[in-house]
Amino acid sequence: MLPIVEHPAAAKKFVTDPNRSRWHDQALWFVRSKRDKQAASLPEWEYLRETASQIKTHTIANLAFYLQQFEDNAIARGAQVHWALDAAHHNEIVLGILKDHKTKRIVKSKSMLTEECGLNHFLEDNGIDVVDTDLGERIVQLRGETPSHIVLPAIHIKKEEVGDTFHQHLGTDEGASDPKYLTEAARGHLRSKFLAGEIGITGVNFAIAETGGIVVCTNEGNADLGTSLPKVHIACMGIEKLLPRQRDLGVFTRLLARSATGQPITSYTSHFTGPRDENSELHIVLVDNGRSRLRESESFRAAMHCIRCGACMNTCPVYRRSGGHSYRATVPGPIGSVLSPTRDQNTYKSLPYACSLCGSCTDVCPVKIPLHHQLLAWRGELVGKKLLPRSKRLAMKMASRLFRSPFLFALAGKLGRTALRVLPHWATHHSLNTWTIARELPKPPKESFRDWHRKHRAK
Amino acid sequence: MANMTGHHSNNTDARQAILDRINTKQVTAPALPDVDVTRVIVFDDPLEKFAEMLAFVGGQAHVVDSASDIKPILDQIDVFRDATRIVSLVPEAISGTVDATQVDDPHELATIDWTIARGEFMVAENGAIWIDGDSLPHRVLLFIAQYLAIVVPKSKIVSNMHQAYEQIEGYQSRFGVFVSGPSKTADIEQSLVLGAHGCRKLQVFIVANA
Repeated sequence: MLPIVEHPAAAKKFVTDPNRSRWHDQALWFVRSKRDKQAASLPEWEYLRETASQIKTHTIANLAFYLQQFEDNAIARGAQVHWALDAAHHNEIVLGILKDHKTKRIVKSKSMLTEECGLNHFLEDNGIDVVDTDLGERIVQLRGETPSHIVLPAIHIKKEEVGDTFHQHLGTDEGASDPKYLTEAARGHLRSKFLAGEIGITGVNFAIAETGGIVVCTNEGNADLGTSLPKVHIACMGIEKLLPRQRDLGVFTRLLARSATGQPITSYTSHFTGPRDENSELHIVLVDNGRSRLRESESFRAAMHCIRCGACMNTCPVYRRSGGHSYRATVPGPIGSVLSPTRDQNTYKSLPYACSLCGSCTDVCPVKIPLHHQLLAWRGELVGKKLLPRSKRLAMKMASRLFRSPFLFALAGKLGRTALRVLPHWATHHSLNTWTIARELPKPPKESFRDWHRKHRAK
Repeated sequence: MANMTGHHSNNTDARQAILDRINTKQVTAPALPDVDVTRVIVFDDPLEKFAEMLAFVGGQAHVVDSASDIKPILDQIDVFRDATRIVSLVPEAISGTVDATQVDDPHELATIDWTIARGEFMVAENGAIWIDGDSLPHRVLLFIAQYLAIVVPKSKIVSNMHQAYEQIEGYQSRFGVFVSGPSKTADIEQSLVLGAHGCRKLQVFIVANA
């Protein structure tokens, strides 16, 4: 069993480093602002979101039909389709294909699914040299970390730290931190890896049932370079990535990059239908890993609409200040806090509370997942299952009793106002009370609203 | 098919298990919606919008009368004048120095300086150009060249991605890609750097009499 994630404790190091926390907050807000500009440039933005949501709702409802249609068409176009029950099964399938080709070196482009399955570690344990080719992913891979964001994997790392990492692994000049210089160094380093790669592994942004094709979106061109040199391409996808028709891409390609990074579209939107030629292979691995169970839940099914744009993270006031690693999950932020407890309620029970219920995530989500409603729904489920610590449960029980009794409520108000007036400052501001480290208590009002109402309105 | 061993089932069993799990929960949902084309943006001057968006994504647009006007413009670019290995898929504009159709192994194209490719049509809203994989002897040519130029007829332009997918409805190529600007990354502190893995710069030639 996994250790329990206590988000406040896991976030502490990041949050208590005010420089890093503020810098991270501002970097993500910058991305969010770019997103806003792009969204505002299209008068039909809300119409697109609504349509995307409807397409996904329809697809997830009829998932079995579209999966089979996709499989039939992909096979007809020469692809090989594999079905994986869970992460371990997925990893075995990929390793099996590598073994069939006696492959030792693979180049990978960004795929949150393979992160979810822990593919890199599994392959490395089996003697395979795995090279992540997305620059951000390569940075975290060289540092022995995991991505802290699903679109911007190295958003938590400063350029000086990237410089140190590259100095150590790629031999760049000591102390060099110019992004242009470092990117150029990575380009040279990864070119040699691309040329040596024997099999290319990619994720999938969209799979099209009516054509059997898959679509991969990148800015760097790494998915394309990684799959157009080797003869074998393995594409790994969650079963929720399906779209019924090619024309549905019109809606999703307009939403994805605008929501993710504030670009009108990614530099490359590549459509693969079948293998490259008669001498090549395209393997598509369809992964369930808990998705069919998520589909059964009326409350959380809409989370399957997610196109992994990361907009909910960029806007989340908690994520921006606490960093992606504080969630201890492959997918962090609001959508991660919805998805993770569906995998393991006990391990991730604190994540639905890493949220102020401000609702900003729901507002920016391009496929209209009601994220903050789902986070609230999770809290209801977790409380019912007694998965909260005793201290919180007891406090909630007492609050509930207080709010149900007009007498107790009035009394508590009176006590509070009096206490604010008469208690000395040190009674509230001392080392045991962490709530008052950076704030003063409010000035007590002279009278309660009830008193005021009785005087002025009640006749 | 991969050979599965151990406690896991084979592909047919896994397939059936996943489909069964899905089929045990019947979910009703509305029909698939179609995009109402009267509700999406269409530009009065799509070409102007295209040039604006191409500049925004880091590419450069050149409107020329005919294919023969392309070489003089490229000749003004240092890295083109100095280039020795050029693959041209648009021979009426540029005669290349490497014949990619004679290359078997795409790895041999690793040192290509320039690729001159043929674009099918432009998309105004995002500066993208559709490239049909069948026009490429090796698809790696688009991604491995240090610099990329795309030649596209001026009349072939749509406003938005809905119209773009109408254009390629039913296409049968094994590969096709919308290219919008040069390869780029902002993975180091959100600093935009052009030329990540693919082309460092992108020139687009929009030919009036094509």
